Amino acid sequence: MTSSETQNPTNGSYPPGTHPDLPPPSTAYGPVHWIKVNLFGGVTNTVLTLLFAYMLWKIVPFLTEWMFLDAAFTGESRRDCEATAGGACWAFIGSRLQLFIYGFYPEAQRWRVDLTFVMLILALVPVLYDATPHRGKGLIFACLYPFIGGWLLIGGLGLESVSTDQFGGLMLNVIIGVTGIAFSLPIGIVLALGRQSHLPIVRILCVGFIEFIRGVPLITLLFVAAVMLSYFVPPGTNFDLLVRVLIMVTLFASGYMAEVIRGGLQAIPKGQYEAADGMGLRYWQVMRLVILPQALKISIPGIVNTFIGLYKDTTLVIVIGRLDILGIGNSSLADSKWQGLSTEVYVFVALFFFISCFSISRYSLYLEKKLHTEL
Amino acid sequence: MSEVDISEESFTPIESSMGEEELIQIVAMHKWYGEFHVLKDINLAVKARERIVVCGPSGSGKSTLIRCLNRLEEHQQGTVIVNGIELTGDLKKIEEIRREVGIVFQHFNLFPHLTVLENCTLGPIWVRGTPKKEAEESAMKYLERVKIPEQALKFPGQLSGGQQQRVAIARSLCMNPKIMLFDEPTSALDPEMIKEVLDVMIELASTGMTMIVVSHEMGFAKTVADRVIFMDEGQIIEQNEPHEFFDNPQHERTQLFLSQILAH
Repeated sequence: MTSSETQNPTNGSYPPGTHPDLPPPSTAYGPVHWIKVNLFGGVTNTVLTLLFAYMLWKIVPFLTEWMFLDAAFTGESRRDCEATAGGACWAFIGSRLQLFIYGFYPEAQRWRVDLTFVMLILALVPVLYDATPHRGKGLIFACLYPFIGGWLLIGGLGLESVSTDQFGGLMLNVIIGVTGIAFSLPIGIVLALGRQSHLPIVRILCVGFIEFIRGVPLITLLFVAAVMLSYFVPPGTNFDLLVRVLIMVTLFASGYMAEVIRGGLQAIPKGQYEAADGMGLRYWQVMRLVILPQALKISIPGIVNTFIGLYKDTTLVIVIGRLDILGIGNSSLADSKWQGLSTEVYVFVALFFFISCFSISRYSLYLEKKLHTEL
Repeated sequence: MSEVDISEESFTPIESSMGEEELIQIVAMHKWYGEFHVLKDINLAVKARERIVVCGPSGSGKSTLIRCLNRLEEHQQGTVIVNGIELTGDLKKIEEIRREVGIVFQHFNLFPHLTVLENCTLGPIWVRGTPKKEAEESAMKYLERVKIPEQALKFPGQLSGGQQQRVAIARSLCMNPKIMLFDEPTSALDPEMIKEVLDVMIELASTGMTMIVVSHEMGFAKTVADRVIFMDEGQIIEQNEPHEFFDNPQHERTQLFLSQILAH
């Protein structure tokens, strides 16, 4: 026994307590191993892999051909497209790109929209990345941004006034989406905390608000915004329709947000409250420093879900007669020069939303990873 | 160090005003959870620098008792005076008492989203208004005292149970409390980690900290406690200095309890 152990140390045993750390056997890692285990491990797995490969082989070449290789990028009408290529007619989108982006915003003033977009990105960077240089100043700018952006878009005070009736296209989606996202989170937090309050009045108000908002379709709220709200404001005052829509969309998202955050709050063990209370921290300090950072972290998937839902719901403004990117697309289909190109329009609109929403989703994954503090 | 001096000064007049330098005074306290009578007619006085171990079977109200001292639990009848302040629903007074009373929990309750150092500086910075740098220096001093300064920048989830509990003790000490409450501090630990936590507590006791410890660590009670209190069914059954308590228990429930926990 003893001699065979000493002769074959890699296989055999060592004296108790002296076993060194050995590398894993070569069959347990490497790309070949990965493919074998993950793509062809077992009959079901192999069948799925082959099916998926077949689907890719069918779809990818067709799509690349339609979207790029066989597509027409220039032309003045559908006939031009068909004369040059058999695939997608992107010339249609190209010729109306301005409309898709700016809606009916006066052409001479469109630089203001561009500037607002650029400033939006500058305002978002310090909010989203805590390693941004001069983050403190960046955050101040982000807080001022809604006012600067609003002034740039609407005008007044030295700029030519533009009615919000002329807003449209992608800029409308971004304005409603970003406003809704920015304001629904804090309102949702307050509602979620209010729902847990030990003061009955606060609790009843919050529960009532949340249940009402969630129980009514967004379209209904938008109709209310368009038609009914004007009854509640004094006659003669001009309460802008876009502002009404922004309020409704924000409140709608807040209701959902509150419930998502409540889920996160409920996952925080009682001991965390006790430890924070036991130090002598006040209620809002406990929430801000101890409970919310943890609850929001847990709620990230749900919060992002709500954000993405809200962002896509911005297309619903079509029901009150505003033309967002989808509305512009729809109405473009009526153009006799470009008839029958609905696929191109919807693919373009879908791509726009997909890119936006996928970016939000990726950012949330990054954030989850960054906030992960376990082993 | 200057903070310690200040607390010492403000502490003397309170002592004299209470006559018998009693930091905690509980008179005829009762507590109910709904219909359930958890604490029945508790009377207890704790002097400054006194070290008390509370033991008793589970469900006897030990934890509830010490949680009533910083109002994590509310009592419904009787008087509780801590550090010269009577505990009532008054939030200001509760906060004032909580600043002076540290508590260490069975499950550590460290804040998992903050580093060890941030856990320790949170209270001083936000409750006491200590400048961040000063709070960090003081926190490092306490982390050295519990022998884990090298873990300061890690997150609690990366530490062992014993290390987490030592951080929890350091976190409480950073607030410069006059009283430390321990709620079964070693019950959730693996056997080999109990000693490192008890060592820290013994060291703390030797500095003259007023301590109330809910624990079944009888060795700790024998070496450290000035008084051992035995509770059962929400009442204080017996209290005595440790040698008398262990060698010559008076009440039959105490005898039964001691025979059960010392049997293994």
